[in-house]
Parts: sequence; structure tokens; C-alpha cells
Amino acid sequence: MPTKKTAARRPKAKAKAKVPPKPKTKAKAKPEPKPGAEFVPRIVVFACNWCSYAGADNAGVNRIQYSPHFRVIRTMCSGRVHPSFVLRAFEKGADGVLVSGCHIGDCHYIFGNERAIENFEKTKALVKTLGLEEGRVRLEWISAAEGPRFGQVIDEFIDEVRKLGRSPLAVDGRSPARAKDPGERPGGKRTGT
Amino acid sequence: MDRLSGIAQGIKTSKAYYCLECGKCTASCPVARYNGGFSPRRIVADAIEGSAERLLTDTLLWVCLACGMCRRRCPMDVDFSGFVRSLRTAALRDGYSGLAAHGGALHSLMRMMTSAGMKQDRMWWVTEDLDVGSQGEVLYFVGCLPYFEGLFKPDLGFEPTATARATVRLLNAAGIQPVVDPNERCCGHDLLWSGDEQNFQALAERNVKAIRETGASVVVTACAECASTLRDVYPRYVGALGFEVQHLTELLSDRSGKLSFKKTDRKVTFQDPCRLVRHMGVIEAPRQALGLVPGLELVEMAHSGANATCCGTSAWMNCDQTSKLIQTERIQEAAATGAGTLVTACPKCQIHFRCALSDGKTGAGVEVEDLSVLLASCL
Repeated sequence: MPTKKTAARRPKAKAKAKVPPKPKTKAKAKPEPKPGAEFVPRIVVFACNWCSYAGADNAGVNRIQYSPHFRVIRTMCSGRVHPSFVLRAFEKGADGVLVSGCHIGDCHYIFGNERAIENFEKTKALVKTLGLEEGRVRLEWISAAEGPRFGQVIDEFIDEVRKLGRSPLAVDGRSPARAKDPGERPGGKRTGT
Repeated sequence: MDRLSGIAQGIKTSKAYYCLECGKCTASCPVARYNGGFSPRRIVADAIEGSAERLLTDTLLWVCLACGMCRRRCPMDVDFSGFVRSLRTAALRDGYSGLAAHGGALHSLMRMMTSAGMKQDRMWWVTEDLDVGSQGEVLYFVGCLPYFEGLFKPDLGFEPTATARATVRLLNAAGIQPVVDPNERCCGHDLLWSGDEQNFQALAERNVKAIRETGASVVVTACAECASTLRDVYPRYVGALGFEVQHLTELLSDRSGKLSFKKTDRKVTFQDPCRLVRHMGVIEAPRQALGLVPGLELVEMAHSGANATCCGTSAWMNCDQTSKLIQTERIQEAAATGAGTLVTACPKCQIHFRCALSDGKTGAGVEVEDLSVLLASCL
């Protein structure tokens, strides 16, 4: 029970302004080069629905900061990524393509990621013959829990592609072949499917 | 060119207006044999009667193999394949297309090869023993063999570039150091026949410029499609070539005096490529080339020479059940000759037959080998 005696021993409440609690320190992404200083790579990422896409989502949920210069295309399985998908990306002016799936043994469809490896071998051979540097294509296994690793892989890959420069098949980010690709016109329809 | 005038132009160029509606085209067509819905006669009739616009959206426009059998039988020499090609070009301009096999990978590669800035890495198949140069009288046009190897070697279990090495070996044996150009682009045959004239034009211009820069006066190729396209189609798009184009079998046949082969006891049969036998009219040269090997027995299939059946797939378009049925019948015809090997003179024929054989359900088996590889093995 507070009394006059105990009140003397009680530390006086200091007048404090209402300050909100300090936020946790956020990880900062590596500083981006100034606009116009270097070219900005265009990366296409094929991410499998069950592991890699979820891993990318995990990175977002955990507010991992990493380079934003990529577009994700979700496939149900990394094994769906045929060499034609990667070639199409380069045809449309991509500077680098990352294919990402579940770790071996963990594929949602059991062996789909083994198909991904088979497809990727063909992809590498075609990309090499086209004259594109091998660093422009990469196959990675990223699980749903590996959000930070997704960010890390993207940062590393974008760094590597940045060093390689603009894809020789892209002109100002647009492949000349793309402009003439007849199937891509607005309202383009396909028959026979 | 608007779509109606494109169709009208196609009718004029192919002389489709001469059609008698006799139906011999449909009766000879390998596709119509298995696909009851496909009738060249009806397509021509529809176009002339005026429902050509509906044709442009029709899937059946894309199943024609352009094998030329219809034209061969037509009493009025209507160029139905050419007519289909002009319809496809008009259709594509409107955004309608057939379904390209392998995800359109081959077509992507071809379109990418129109790019000015590319530096391909396509000489890795050249081994130490081969003698090639960068300037000379004879240029070996390799075609897409290096890309076929990347895409098909793992699944079909063979090396398309073996044809390239064998061709150079044969040319060297005939005393020729061929030019092989590291900047060569696809001939564009598949783009042309799938209606993409714009990109075909770009490829034609790049290739002809590059060939002229090497100073070659003769271009030789082991691919019937490249030979037919370079010789007969390029002049329509880039003007007079300034060089001669020969299929390998024509060159070997011409320079047979320089070549000598070891005796063999092999028995083979021969697949006349559509582009060689009907588009170019070259029937005897492959037989003369095979005849240079002492002891090599050539047994002709039931349909051979100008009557040879197509290998079932063209320009990688709409490769389907019908293609497989055509290939199966042809493979059975080859096996029925008793020959152990089906010899091809076009990498497409080889790929399509090997693919058809790969599931083991064709009811018969033969080995498939390119003519250049066979001959080089007998040097």
C-alpha cells in the first residue's frame, strides 16, 4: 500500500512523450546502380507451383529485399519447362532465364524435376549453339521454405547477367524477331489446338 | 496485301482455277489417306467458290505436307502445295496458325536467326580430320543440324551432325575443301511453309549475302529442303543468286570420277525426300551416288522415285496421329523390301522416321541412316 514514506523511495515518473516502439531492423537489398548507369537486365523465372513459386512468396511474406528485375511465370512443375519456353523468352528479349523447381526427391509429381534436368540439358545445348553465354540460363532447386535463398539466387543471377550485358538477340530489350512474330499480334488467334 | 487479294493471288499463281474437280489429288494424298476430313479438291473448290475466308481459320489448312503428290497426279498441274502456302501466309497475317511441334522451339530458333547481332557457336561438330575453309569455290551449307543435335540427340539416340561430318569427308575425298560459314542461318524452309514470309525473307537475305562474301560459286547441302529452298525459292525473294546450288547426291554424281569406295555387302532401301524428288525433280542422282559403292544392293520400296511417299511431317506443323500413321506405313514398306537399312537424304526424313520408330509400335523395324554417313563409312 503506497504511503508517504514509500512514496519518497518510489522513483518519480518521468514525463515521457508517447513514442511508438522501434521497428525491427530490415534487411536492405544491395544498392541499385543509378538509373542509366548500367543496363537493367530482364530476367524471366519459371517457378514451379509447389516449391519455387511458394518460395518466392515466402520471400515476399518475410519482406526479403532483393533485386526486382525479373518476371515469374508459374508452372505446375519445373518438368513442364520445355526448351521452347526458354527459347521463347530469349526471342522476346530476355537477358537471362532461371528455371526453378523442387529439390530432387521432393517433387510434388515425384519425378517431374528429373524431367526438368533432361529438358535443361537440351536447353543448354541450344542456347550454346545460338551463341548465348551459358551464364544466361540457370536451373535451381528452391523449396517453399527457402524464401531468403530465393532472394539470394535472384540477386546472384541478376549480377551475373548484368556482367554479361544485354542479350545479343535483344535490341534495346526487344528481340528484332519479336516484332515480326506473326502469332503475337493483338487478337492473335491459334487454330489447331 | 489484304486477305482476299492474297487468296486471289494464290489462286492465280498456283493455277488453281484450272481445277477440274476430278479428285485425283485427294486420292493420292498421304494425309487424306488417314484423315478423312482433309480433301485438297474441296479446299480448292471452296476457295474458288468464295468461302476462302473461312478457309483461313480452318485447322485443315495446316495438315498439308506440301509433298507435291497431288500436283504430280493433277491433270491440270495445279500447284496445290503452293496454294496452301499462300493461304497459310494470309492466315498468319491475320493471326491464325497451326500447331508447331516441340513447343515451337524450332520456329523460335529460326526467327532468332534473323537477328543481325548474333554470333552462333555452331562449328563444334567439325573434328580435326575434316578440312574446311572460310573462302573457296564450294560452300557446304550445313543447315540446322547443330540445333537438331541439341534437341533430338538425347531422345532419338543419334547425332544429326554425323551427317555434316560425313558430308565434309566425302567432299574432301572428292578433292574439295568446302567453305563452312560460322555465320550461316537457317534456310528458312519451315518458316516459308508455315506462312511466315517476312522472317523467311530476312533469312534469305542474310544467307545470300554471307554466301556471296565467301566467293563460293557452288553451294552444296545434304538437306533436300535447304537445296530446294536455296535453289528454287531464294531467287524469287532475293533475285539471281550468283551461285549454283546442288544437293550432295547431285555433286557426288557429277564428281564420281574422283571418288572410290570400298566394297560392302549391305542391302539398303532409299527414301526419296519430297523436296528432292518432286520439288526439284532429282530422281537419279541419289541412285547414282549409292551405285558408286561396289556391292551395295539397293532394293526399291513399292512407292519409290517420283511416287515416293512423304515422311509424314512437314515444317514441324501439326505433327499428329496422321503423321504417325503415314510414317508407320512407310516404315513397314521399307521393312518389306528385306533391306536392313532405310537410307535418307534429308535430315527431316531421318528425324521423323527415327521418332516414329522410337516407341517400338510400328510393327516393323529398320535402321535409319543418312546417305552421306553410309557413303562416308565406305570410303
